[in-house]
Amino acid sequence: MRFRFPWQLARDGILGINRRNSRYISRYNPRRLFPLVDNKLKTKIIAQQAGINTPALIGTIAHQHDVRRIGELVADYNGFAIKPAKGSGGKGILVITDKDSQRFYKSSGAAVSPEDIQRHVSNILSGLYSLGGSPDTVIIEELIHFDPSFAHFTVEGVPDIRVIVCRGYPVMAMMRLSTHASDGKANLHQGAVGVGLDIATGKALNAVQNGEVITHHPDTGQLLSELVVPNWSDLLVIAASCYDVTQLGYLGIDIVLDRYKGPMLLELNARPGLGIQVANGAGLRPRLTKIDDLTAAELALGPEDRSALSRTWFSA
Amino acid sequence: MIQRRNVPFLALILILLSIGIALILHRHWVYEVPLMYGETQTVWSIEARVEFVANGDAVTVSLVRPSAQDGYNILQESGASPGYGLNFIDEGEPRAEWTIRTAAGRQELYYRTEILESQSSTAIPKPAPALRHPDWPEPYRSAIGMVLSEAYTTSADNFSLTRELLKRFNSQSPPQHIELLRSYSNGHRAALLAEILNHAQVPASVVYALALEDGRRRQSLTPLLRVWSGDESEVFYLDANGGSDLRDQPKILWEQRGAPVLDVIGGSDSRVRFSMIRREESTFTSIADNLSDQQNFLNFSIHSLPVEEQAMFKTILLLPVGALIVCILRILVGIRTSGTFMPVLIALAFVQTSLGTGLIGFSLVVAVGLFIRSYLSRLNLLLVARITAVIISVIGIISIFSVLSYKLGLTEGLKIMFFPMIILSWTIERMSILWEEEGGREVMIQGGGSLLTAVFAYGAMNDSWVRHLMFNFIGMQFVVLALVLMIGTYAGYRLSELKRFASFRTRA
Repeated sequence: MRFRFPWQLARDGILGINRRNSRYISRYNPRRLFPLVDNKLKTKIIAQQAGINTPALIGTIAHQHDVRRIGELVADYNGFAIKPAKGSGGKGILVITDKDSQRFYKSSGAAVSPEDIQRHVSNILSGLYSLGGSPDTVIIEELIHFDPSFAHFTVEGVPDIRVIVCRGYPVMAMMRLSTHASDGKANLHQGAVGVGLDIATGKALNAVQNGEVITHHPDTGQLLSELVVPNWSDLLVIAASCYDVTQLGYLGIDIVLDRYKGPMLLELNARPGLGIQVANGAGLRPRLTKIDDLTAAELALGPEDRSALSRTWFSA
Repeated sequence: MIQRRNVPFLALILILLSIGIALILHRHWVYEVPLMYGETQTVWSIEARVEFVANGDAVTVSLVRPSAQDGYNILQESGASPGYGLNFIDEGEPRAEWTIRTAAGRQELYYRTEILESQSSTAIPKPAPALRHPDWPEPYRSAIGMVLSEAYTTSADNFSLTRELLKRFNSQSPPQHIELLRSYSNGHRAALLAEILNHAQVPASVVYALALEDGRRRQSLTPLLRVWSGDESEVFYLDANGGSDLRDQPKILWEQRGAPVLDVIGGSDSRVRFSMIRREESTFTSIADNLSDQQNFLNFSIHSLPVEEQAMFKTILLLPVGALIVCILRILVGIRTSGTFMPVLIALAFVQTSLGTGLIGFSLVVAVGLFIRSYLSRLNLLLVARITAVIISVIGIISIFSVLSYKLGLTEGLKIMFFPMIILSWTIERMSILWEEEGGREVMIQGGGSLLTAVFAYGAMNDSWVRHLMFNFIGMQFVVLALVLMIGTYAGYRLSELKRFASFRTRA
């Protein structure tokens, strides 16, 4: 059994769960603000008010007796995504990419009947995917048309970019690429590839799958070091401005790149995971310590200035 | 590296620790409650099983219950008797009486008691039973007269008279009249001796003793002779070698005054058999005796509560230990459990059921529950209705297991009823969802983590020393609170993270 001693982890600046919870989440994230990020519908509304792009809303369903409305809601769309408003970790998300007269098709090609979709909607409403099983709302969104330049970097799913923003300053970023093993999902613990990104440039630094360093995408064979996120500075500004919108001081921001509309905010997370450190081959602690020691003047800066400072401080 | 904002917090922890330790030491020094769990007391759990064949009419079964006596105190008693009315009657000789309007076929009734070995027995000496005036046919009457007059002249009091009588009855080469009485009394010598003594105006009766030996099953009672002199009494063994090796063995007098041990009306072929186990417990019962009459604020003690409430309170006082274990395992080790404090409640159930039975019972109920739940998930029920259905299924499973194990003679299985059913239902529900979302592996990790945590919590809560400390020192609560607060501020790595980040390498 392999393991590392605590002092080795400390030397590498690894942030552990206990320190994340006590020093960052409970200090910078007031409990009353959590509903903003735990409910995707609320996140969407405040993001739109702040002028941040999010996937276009087709409609919502809030009551069991409206479940049959799903058919007419999506009548004009070939593809759409059904999400639980209070879901977490990608649970309960159903992505339909095509349909014919009788059936709908998932991105993997599997067929889904309208009854299946109604049942899924009903399950979401009864709280199957929400935290603590509380009643939930269904969100139906337009599909994201992901940037074709990433086509070789991912399989079955949309790659997304996770940025950790502490007190408004982006501190670390990675791109998550789905694989066959992760079943089109972009969660690292399910087998997705995590690619650490240089905060200064948006270029790939390091890539891991299941905690092991890799150089090529396991399914497409694409060399991962060639990955560059376009419009990086815009993306970082969007991430930084999520702090101003939510006031949450320790935030994981999931952004996707839409072919037509550019960076779009997908989801916010008030308890972002620690796997990003492995993807980056770098620990969060030195960077977060830097943020802990910010002056009042630096904290008062706007999102553009903050992300510019981050790019100079945290460049690889 | 103490930061200034931490000072009030550190002070709080120090205050809690010093209050706790001060209370513990105060109790130790002033009330002389031992800190170490050293002296133990022996508690015997004895189960009497009454078997008989009922005739099909009303049945009354009366079984004598033991009462406090020299060296033994009765802690508690209970009965198990499906369908029967059960009353503990304390007038006269204490006895348990089972009644039923109609019963037919083979019947089994259980009576259980916990008996504490204690030097300071509270037994009030039982008065001697009334003298009977027996009569015998010739030639036995004159033989008895002879042996009695011989024994009477060579003895000084009731007890030595008994000894002289026994000596004559047990001699290797007895004279003819003794030989005659020996063959006359074959099989009921104790009764004859009691009658002879009664004839000599000496109160005596046959009493029944149960030899105490750990783990024995299907034991029967041994008849002994008990002789009174005023308020004093003495027990005699019937033959020279003690009637067996009973003389040197610990034993209790199940029946003390010559009343019938078992009386069955409406049945035949009755008999009673005994099984027993022995266990060691801390001396807190004797402490309780000393402490309950010294009540003041600083002597805050659960022993000032009535016995029934004490039992409940003991569970409550143990909970912090279980919760502390959960804190340690989750924060310092990083074990994932299904439901934060669910393992503590499971561990509490283990304390009642014993570990092996508990683990098997828990796994069985959860496995069957998951199976039923997998069917329920296909019905697309709303959440509350689904969990209600799971709760009812769990109750059903528990009932079926209890009845089955009872029928199979595994009384251990009845203890499955101690499981908290609502908690079990939620566990099943959570694990089922986990199975659908993350697959069976995650269920095994979390289920195994929960069970492991429960076993550790059980180990801590069932440890005699921990129990002794928690029950007798209220200061321990402050110490545990201080520990939990300290663990709560631990910001270092979890043990699981040492493995999680094992392959982490800083980018070159």
